[in-house]
Amino acid sequence: MTLTANLTKNKLVEMYKMMVKIRLFEEKVFELYAQNLVPGTIHLYTGQEAVAVGVCSALRKDDYITSTHRGHGHCIAKGAEIKRVMAEILGKKTGYCKGKGGSMHIADFNIGMLGATAVVGAGIPIAAGAALSIKLRKTGQVVACFFGDGASNQGTFHEGINMAAIWQLPVIFVCENNLYAMGTRQSIAMKIENIADRATAYGIPGVVVDGNDVLAVYEAALSAVERARRDEGPTLIECKTYRHRGHSRVDPAKYRPKEEVEAWLAKDPIKQLRERLLQSTILTEVEIQRIEEEVSTEIEEAVKYSMESPYPAPQEALEDVYA
Amino acid sequence: MRKISYREALREALREEMRRNPAVFLLGEDIGRYWGGAFKVTDGLAEEFGDDRVRDTPISENAIIGVAVGAAITGMRPVAEIMFGDLTALAMDQIANQAAKLRYMFGGQAKVPLVIRTPFGGGVNIAAHHSQSLEAWFMHVPGLYVAVPSTPYDAKGLLKAAIRGNNPVIFCEHKLLYHVEGEVPEEDYIIPFGVADIKREGEDVTVVATLCMVHKALKAAEILEAEGVSVEVVDPRTLTPLDKKAIINSVKKTGRLVAVSEDCKTAGVTAEIAAIVAEEAIDYLDAPIKRVAEPDTPIPFSPPLEQYVIPNEKAIVKAIKEII
Repeated sequence: MTLTANLTKNKLVEMYKMMVKIRLFEEKVFELYAQNLVPGTIHLYTGQEAVAVGVCSALRKDDYITSTHRGHGHCIAKGAEIKRVMAEILGKKTGYCKGKGGSMHIADFNIGMLGATAVVGAGIPIAAGAALSIKLRKTGQVVACFFGDGASNQGTFHEGINMAAIWQLPVIFVCENNLYAMGTRQSIAMKIENIADRATAYGIPGVVVDGNDVLAVYEAALSAVERARRDEGPTLIECKTYRHRGHSRVDPAKYRPKEEVEAWLAKDPIKQLRERLLQSTILTEVEIQRIEEEVSTEIEEAVKYSMESPYPAPQEALEDVYA
Repeated sequence: MRKISYREALREALREEMRRNPAVFLLGEDIGRYWGGAFKVTDGLAEEFGDDRVRDTPISENAIIGVAVGAAITGMRPVAEIMFGDLTALAMDQIANQAAKLRYMFGGQAKVPLVIRTPFGGGVNIAAHHSQSLEAWFMHVPGLYVAVPSTPYDAKGLLKAAIRGNNPVIFCEHKLLYHVEGEVPEEDYIIPFGVADIKREGEDVTVVATLCMVHKALKAAEILEAEGVSVEVVDPRTLTPLDKKAIINSVKKTGRLVAVSEDCKTAGVTAEIAAIVAEEAIDYLDAPIKRVAEPDTPIPFSPPLEQYVIPNEKAIVKAIKEII
């Protein structure tokens, strides 16, 4: 991993801090889940932090993102308040969706986070639609659409990317290839190794990046975002990455070979950036320690806030069906 | 008052709303300057508003609706056309899981001002993939509105209301109605959702009908008038929201209900109307509720087969006579 010249020290530290924030947040969610405090299921982003942070660092505040069932990292990276993310995960009234969405459907329209859909691949045409809206309204925004390797086998991938391509829409399609669609290995579900190759079929650029290298993700995303803003159309970026835990709460992920897991854990995106920042003396051990403490404190506050927040009144179930 | 066709009324509504609000745009297969829509509803609009706002799409129904959803939640007011109602099945995830649920799932953050225009119904011998009536599917999805205009006047007023509203609307048209003419004022008007229209007043029996069936019910009423039976025809105009009050008030007056719809009988539109009356107005009924609907089959091709399954005025007359 090399440090890119066009990133300021502040930006690098911010990116590092954001990755740590997502990691510690997800570990806290897992801990709360183990204590039976999280209703339903959870899909943790642990291990994939470089993707959300690399992409969102290349976006403007008013740009949009769309997200998936594994979406906590996306909204935190886009700037969501973690206390309201946590409150939503716990089903509280103070959560982003007033307890109506939960872990899989967090949205914050105020920061351009257009929400997480839990139907695999469904966000792809929605992201294209937001990009069409941008183009018609001429606002110069860009959409980043996150989805996984599994989603790339959905019809929405084909329909949505094709439409974005023919209309040259300002959207970047970010495929987080963590090698498994639930428990199904990529090689069982497709004949190709690089999902980015599919871009050729739509006449758009397809790029493969190391999804555990936040700076590589950032550079690829920035270049795609700039291209989109120049009105040159969409890009498909495939980020090769790995989830540290199973698909969802009940999954011990026994279908993954031990050596594979170990090899990927050795490529932990946070560890990689940390080593790099230390080597180039951008951060010291003491500063790293301080960042972790700051983030931990923020997360503890978010937990406290969420735990103390009330549940919605039962009859609120009847609200928000229609505008 | 001037008379125009149902098709022209729809086109006028689109044209006026597009002139009124730059956020309104159309998308769908073959709706643009080369074809003007399979049923010509959008004919001429690309010439006035340009290809950006009257947007031809690839044959990708799910993405047509998905793209419309994405545009709707970010400030636009898309009107999507699905060429045949049966093809909404291809877009069902985006309709039922996305358009309908985003606002709710996101705790009221999203508004989805999206209109999906699509023609339902049979009668033109194009068989099972282009003829079904699926309104009830959409009544079963909270978060969607369902409009069912039967006349040019209603078509224009309801479409304008749909476009100005902030919720996803399945705007059900009917292939056999596009050429039907009716009085439509020149001046701007809208018809609010959830307000039924009494298409004919009567005393002896209430017939609740939608789309093409309104016209068949009116014919049945004429036939029975000659026999001294007074039929009231109630057209809900929107199935969601449904004007229960108008239906119940009519049943209170007549004491009899015949629910008529072109969809199949099981779990269909007539089932819901019958259930509401049974639940909320059974004490006012002087006779059992009758339902006239399609048998539970796909729509067949051959004319005698198709005519056999689609309810006609004779079936409505027969149902009424059974309870008079």
